Amino acid sequence: MRRDIFQAIADPTRRAIIALIAMQAMTPNAIADNFDTTRQSVSKHLRILTECELVRQEQQGREIYYSLEIDKMKEVDEWLNQFRKIWEIRYNQLDDVLSTLKKQKK
Amino acid sequence: MKNDLQFDFTVDKPAKTVYITREFDADLSLVWDAYTKQEILDQWWAPKPWSSKTKVMNFEVGGRRFYAMVSPEGLERWSVQKYTSITPKSNFKIFNSFADKDENPELPGSEWDLSFSEQNGTTKVSVTIYNDSLERMEKMIEMGFKEGFTMTLNGLEELLASLSGK
Repeated sequence: MRRDIFQAIADPTRRAIIALIAMQAMTPNAIADNFDTTRQSVSKHLRILTECELVRQEQQGREIYYSLEIDKMKEVDEWLNQFRKIWEIRYNQLDDVLSTLKKQKK
Repeated sequence: MKNDLQFDFTVDKPAKTVYITREFDADLSLVWDAYTKQEILDQWWAPKPWSSKTKVMNFEVGGRRFYAMVSPEGLERWSVQKYTSITPKSNFKIFNSFADKDENPELPGSEWDLSFSEQNGTTKVSVTIYNDSLERMEKMIEMGFKEGFTMTLNGLEELLASLSGK
């Protein structure tokens, strides 16, 4: 099942995990140390993030390290930015229209 | 001047809701007119170089606005906005859906709630957009905007950056 990328970032714990591994690749244990939840719950979050291809796993010796897929994160960001931009431009245009209308009234 | 005016844009994915709040340097009745009168709406609704073309608009409960976003190449993306509730100069609600040129809606749509308030000559508009499905929310962007529109936006951004650098 292909997961929705936005569902992945909707959860606060997953967002915190993303923020953590954005700095450096980390093992599941090291990630779990930063949270009050169980190791199991962190594993579940990591699995969802992996399925969404937001993080990637890398085997180093006996440990698995998780790191962030920067390009995938950019996609999310771009999508939201596009929508935001539409409204920004639309409203800047409204500013101009309002200021013209105000002058006409006088 | 524009920098003093508040602009908030929040996307709440789990709630499938987008919140957009903006202040305008104009009194309430003027801003209300800008949202509810066809001839003013068409002047600002479509981000340039797209234009907004309203074919039908009757601003009353049960009424609708049937309009298109028109690309510079003449490509038309139609939508219907049904007015489901109106409290004059305070709030109105819309059921928004994409449509074909014959006004057949593509469901599901989205529910819009627009609130207006004025303080010291500044009018605040809060827009809430609720989507039935996440896919629909993503489609809001993709439809009509993905190719031509965002490329235009990127071009615009570069242009502005180069202009302000001078």
